[in-house]
Amino acid sequence: MNAFRSAILGAAVALAAGVTTVPAMAETPANMLVIANRIDDITTMDPAQSFEFAGSDVSHNIYSKLVNFDPADLDAGYGPDLAASWTVSEDGRSITFTMREGVLFASGNPVTAADAEYSLRRAIILNKTPSFILSQFGFTPENVEETIVADGNTLTITTDQRYATSFVLNCLTATIGGIVDSKVVMEHEVDGDMGNEWLRTHTAGSGAYVLTSWKPNESVTLTANPNWYGGEVAMQRVVVRHVQESSTQRLMLERGDIDVARNLSPEDVAGIREADGLVVDSELRGRLMYMSMNQKNEILSNPKVVEAMKYLIDYEGMQDSFLNGQYVIHQAFLPATYLGAIDDTPYHLDIEKAKALLAEAGYPDGFEVNLVVREAQERIDIAQSLQNTMAQAGITINITVGTAKQILGEYRARTHDIYLGAWGPDYPDPNTNAGTFAYNPDNSDEAGATGLLAWRNAWAIPEMSNETLAAVIENDRDTRAAMYEALQREHQQVSPFAIMFQKIEQTGRAENVQGLSLGGAITAVSYWNVTK
Amino acid sequence: MALAETSPKGRRKSSPFTRFLIKAGKTVMAISVTMLGLLFMTFVIGRVMPVDPVLSIVGERASQEMYDAEFIKLGLDKPIVVQFFYYIRDVVTGNFGISLRTGFPVWNDIVRVFPATMELATIGTILGVLIGVPLGVLAAVKRGTWIDQIARVVALIGYSMPVFWIGLIGLLVLYGMLGWIGGPGRLDVFNEDIIPPVTGMILIDSALARDWFIFKDALSHIILPASLLGYYSLAYISRMTRSFMLEQLSSEYITTARVKGMSERAVIWKHAFGNIKVQLITVIALSYAGLLEGSVLTEIIFSWPGIGSYITTSLLSADMNAVMGGTVVVGLVFVLLNVFAELLYKFFDPRAK
Repeated sequence: MNAFRSAILGAAVALAAGVTTVPAMAETPANMLVIANRIDDITTMDPAQSFEFAGSDVSHNIYSKLVNFDPADLDAGYGPDLAASWTVSEDGRSITFTMREGVLFASGNPVTAADAEYSLRRAIILNKTPSFILSQFGFTPENVEETIVADGNTLTITTDQRYATSFVLNCLTATIGGIVDSKVVMEHEVDGDMGNEWLRTHTAGSGAYVLTSWKPNESVTLTANPNWYGGEVAMQRVVVRHVQESSTQRLMLERGDIDVARNLSPEDVAGIREADGLVVDSELRGRLMYMSMNQKNEILSNPKVVEAMKYLIDYEGMQDSFLNGQYVIHQAFLPATYLGAIDDTPYHLDIEKAKALLAEAGYPDGFEVNLVVREAQERIDIAQSLQNTMAQAGITINITVGTAKQILGEYRARTHDIYLGAWGPDYPDPNTNAGTFAYNPDNSDEAGATGLLAWRNAWAIPEMSNETLAAVIENDRDTRAAMYEALQREHQQVSPFAIMFQKIEQTGRAENVQGLSLGGAITAVSYWNVTK
Repeated sequence: MALAETSPKGRRKSSPFTRFLIKAGKTVMAISVTMLGLLFMTFVIGRVMPVDPVLSIVGERASQEMYDAEFIKLGLDKPIVVQFFYYIRDVVTGNFGISLRTGFPVWNDIVRVFPATMELATIGTILGVLIGVPLGVLAAVKRGTWIDQIARVVALIGYSMPVFWIGLIGLLVLYGMLGWIGGPGRLDVFNEDIIPPVTGMILIDSALARDWFIFKDALSHIILPASLLGYYSLAYISRMTRSFMLEQLSSEYITTARVKGMSERAVIWKHAFGNIKVQLITVIALSYAGLLEGSVLTEIIFSWPGIGSYITTSLLSADMNAVMGGTVVVGLVFVLLNVFAELLYKFFDPRAK
């Protein structure tokens, strides 16, 4: 026993001595940015196919687009990128882009209007998952030869009807709008796949970086593109290392082995706030957490019940406890930073008011209802909070936890009572959410509009659908924004959606790293402005 | 075993070569049957899992046409027996399909991740054997003394300490505070992609390239995770060694040897230890095979891109091709290690000579 005790003592002394002589911090090279992130969702680098967060992050730095956001000023909206300017035809259906002169691809080939034509046509013809972002304007594999046409230094795209120019251009800033080097891609075409297989693991863009290596689940390495028209970038190499664990990311950041840690738990964020030389950034992301009530359920189709339930959610309580640092209260369908977003929060936990509303609706003693939720911890936590607060007004919630497939299957088949889940915008235009939360032209079962959240909840809204359509063709940016503001205020009052939270991402960063923009809710991360 | 196989007197002895052929044939048959069973299991599991492979390819927002096209492309419209037949044919030709999650052929992924696990498991096992076997022998010889007690405590801790906890604490102290070892990952980020991969095991590759700087870096990264795995297998190996040794030491032949005046060292190492070698090989092979499956938690904490975390993340993202491919490869490794261990018996079992 004595031996054991002295061994422990010795170890403690050695530990204390070691801790007091902390060695100098390691440092990443001055022209290299090292980021820890979870990148296990990347499946392809092809801009016509890539539709995941980590993939968009890579693509955004490799492929220039016709128009793009300025990472230093995201609020300004889209601006010129490969297109130096554009004009809109009188009928509002055609947009003609004039290409920027003297721009080269990483391969050395010049960027021409023909490349832009090829890239956009390719996205439509390949018809991969994100293609709807462009095909919603009426482009089809059959008509692209007439609707997407290059002529000398200009590219003209013609939509099937008049759309707000801001709508079309916002969509062109999405990953799918990336312009590829048509010569290089065609060289690698196999069996008419338009280079889809080759572009999965290689890149052919004109952006600030080129892809040097991608090891799935391990790392992505980017090297500066010497031909980039934007000039020389400070970070000649960017390495994104897949690090699964938050605490591991924190350790590496504290040691100086990485410059940025992107998946930190609230505890680790708190730790990093205290550390010397490290700072925490908070940035809003596009994902919304919401609860929706199926209007096929007789009880839930009562507007008073819907309103009561919106008062039975402990928004502040959740935000300040288990969602702290991950979600903030947001009660409208457009995420903050989108065109037309509002920050009204008319609802808060008010049991008495809810009870009164339930009594008016004819349910003074409450009722019993089922809630389905995917097996993700934060969602289950929210469901339990809802169960708790609703019980205080007599509503019994039975929670069913299932796999994504089960829950989504039920949701799409409209057999749920209450669905609790998240929605992320698909492209940086307000229509991405308005077109699903506030659009349902045909509520019949036969319509099978499983992509529309309003349809999934059997919410018949012929008039509001028209308002949503009107906002899509309004050409004046400010009027359009005002239309979305009005739409959201109405939606907040009458819809069976209780939108609760917006995602917030907290990033740990070494103090000397400046100019990193994660892209907010509307776009992806940009590395080219980073200095350190 | 060896005795049972010698032919009875009077029957003509078959030539050694024929016997070898028969034996090899038996082994191949055994492997094939085991593997077929394994393939059947993985196939069934892949089909009954409540995941929709099509949905995980095309994504939630895809249209019905995209969904149907992918459904047919995956051959899911064919009868299940035909699907199983296709599966066997593909696996035999080394085609495990495309991983949905990485987009690469599963075989390429495995070739990339398996060496990382193998490197870790091999060093872990070497540590476990080098320390665990002497510790077990010592504990048996000094049974009941404080040495035995300490060996017991060491082993119990190794068994029961959660690896994520001890791994994180190890990282925190040795890497975070003291900076003695490298952090998570197989190399420092700026040392990556310098050594051309030959075996995929960085220690070997860097030694082949005579790049001792990279070698040192790789060593500083592997030392902690390998020690943790080594500790775990040490615990197992030392306990098993101890009980094997105790059994031998209480045998009469040991007493005889001692009475004959043999030195204690010869009694322990030559007689007692000599007789437990075969059992020990089985234990070590099993423990090594266990580590080769990939220790998921260790790999996740140390950002070690090995087969354990590969299979787990694939499972979580419903990537059944990768899961099935990984399982088959792990199963094959298990079977092959067992065959290898049986071959080793020949050299160590005195009766087999």
